[in-house]
Amino acid sequence: MLKITIDGHTTEVEEGTTILEAARKIGGEIVPPTMCYYSKLKGSGGKCRTCLVKVSKGSENDPRPMPKLVASCSTPVQDGMEVQNITSPEVLETRKAIVEFLLINHPLDCPVCDQAGECDLQDLSYAHGVDTSRFEEQKREFDVIDIGANIKLHMNRCILCYRCVYTVNQITNGRIHGVLYRGDASEISTFIQNAIENDFSGNVIDVCPVGALTDKTFRFKNRVWFLKTMDIHRNCPTCAGRAVAWMNGNEIYRVTGRKDEFGEVEEFICNECRFAKKDVNDWIIEGPRKIKRTSIISVNHYEKLKQGAIINPVDKKIEKPSEI
Amino acid sequence: MTLTNRTKVVSNKQMTFVESLYLPAIFAGMWITIKHVFRKKITIKYPEQKREIADIYRGQHILKRDEQGRERCTACGLCALACPAEAITMIAAERIAGEEKLYREEKYAKVYEINMLRCIYCGLCESACPKEAIFLTQKIVDAEYTREAFIYGKDKLVEPIDMDKRIDVSKRQTDKVLKFKQLKHERHNI
Repeated sequence: MLKITIDGHTTEVEEGTTILEAARKIGGEIVPPTMCYYSKLKGSGGKCRTCLVKVSKGSENDPRPMPKLVASCSTPVQDGMEVQNITSPEVLETRKAIVEFLLINHPLDCPVCDQAGECDLQDLSYAHGVDTSRFEEQKREFDVIDIGANIKLHMNRCILCYRCVYTVNQITNGRIHGVLYRGDASEISTFIQNAIENDFSGNVIDVCPVGALTDKTFRFKNRVWFLKTMDIHRNCPTCAGRAVAWMNGNEIYRVTGRKDEFGEVEEFICNECRFAKKDVNDWIIEGPRKIKRTSIISVNHYEKLKQGAIINPVDKKIEKPSEI
Repeated sequence: MTLTNRTKVVSNKQMTFVESLYLPAIFAGMWITIKHVFRKKITIKYPEQKREIADIYRGQHILKRDEQGRERCTACGLCALACPAEAITMIAAERIAGEEKLYREEKYAKVYEINMLRCIYCGLCESACPKEAIFLTQKIVDAEYTREAFIYGKDKLVEPIDMDKRIDVSKRQTDKVLKFKQLKHERHNI
């Protein structure tokens, strides 16, 4: 077991664990944000640079600090390592610049985009970005294309995180979509507008941190913050069948995978569950899904507190678990 | 305990002869009425005559068009989210090829309704709008006979496409906002 200290919190992790995974084990505010890393996809990470941290002590044997900030998603922990994330002004300053970089070719069309309200880049730029842009040049523009019957690709909004490429490569058989061209000309696409047709191809929508890949069955139907999220499940022959329904009244607007606190799906769901089953009778509803109070999706959704529950005035946390 | 210093104790004593004629009381009352005839009237003859109201008075909403006559609203739903009275509802639709002159963005509001009976004219929708599409105006909402008539759709809310009939909202925008719109790198907002 290796000892690592992140922002003063010490934990022990197994050899081969990355700094990011160690931080996630500790949890809370010290977890670096990620745009490209996805723990369920092999080889992901190292592209967006949002998870950069400062290693102030390399290891017990070699206590020199690392000369540059390192990407925590791809740097393995060494014994006795000391890492600074939110306690280092250098890291926060760099993260600000990274957000500016990511937004260079990202259109500010959040009012139009279906991802708004649950977008990782939107959250990141609210948390770390600056409120004005210095970029005056023309942003790159692409036509919106269909890849498959149910997925729409907005290449304008893509930040080239490669998550969708890894998803298609790893959880479906047969590689049909990837990154074309190089450098700032690169774009994700399929082979000459080939459709991504596979039982699990819809998961590229869930892994996409921005609104580049969106659900065509939900396109412009509603805004995420007007919908209620419900945990649902069904007996599905292809996948685990556990999902989240985005509902208004008795109408299911869309079905997505269940995302954990780091924005990663717990289980990948199949296309039949995602696109075809939009009737309440197809599903068994478990109950409302907990959404973070900081998310806009939870606006105007009130929780009924258990009798006697106390809201701690210091950190505004509910001390007894609430019942909805 | 008394709540006011104007209380009078009512007595049942017999009226005097003069009092029982009632005439002094009638003339006293008439005098007050006649006095008011010659005073300046506090009512006005609406609708021929209208009161002066502020430039930033919050009355009926309009949905603005841009310089090229395209609807600015993109049905993002932020006005409906901000609305404390939940008066705004909308249904979005996707712009199809050939409609570029009608709508600015690829998404637009197919249905946009404001219930003028629910609306409290707070102006939060105006502040929430990222596209400068919705504004409140000085127009006072008309009286109607039915409740349904107060649900204003796009036919009543969208401003006329004719340049001369456009509604000027520049006085509602502060210098800071107007200056912000001039910035080159903020041109997505223009």
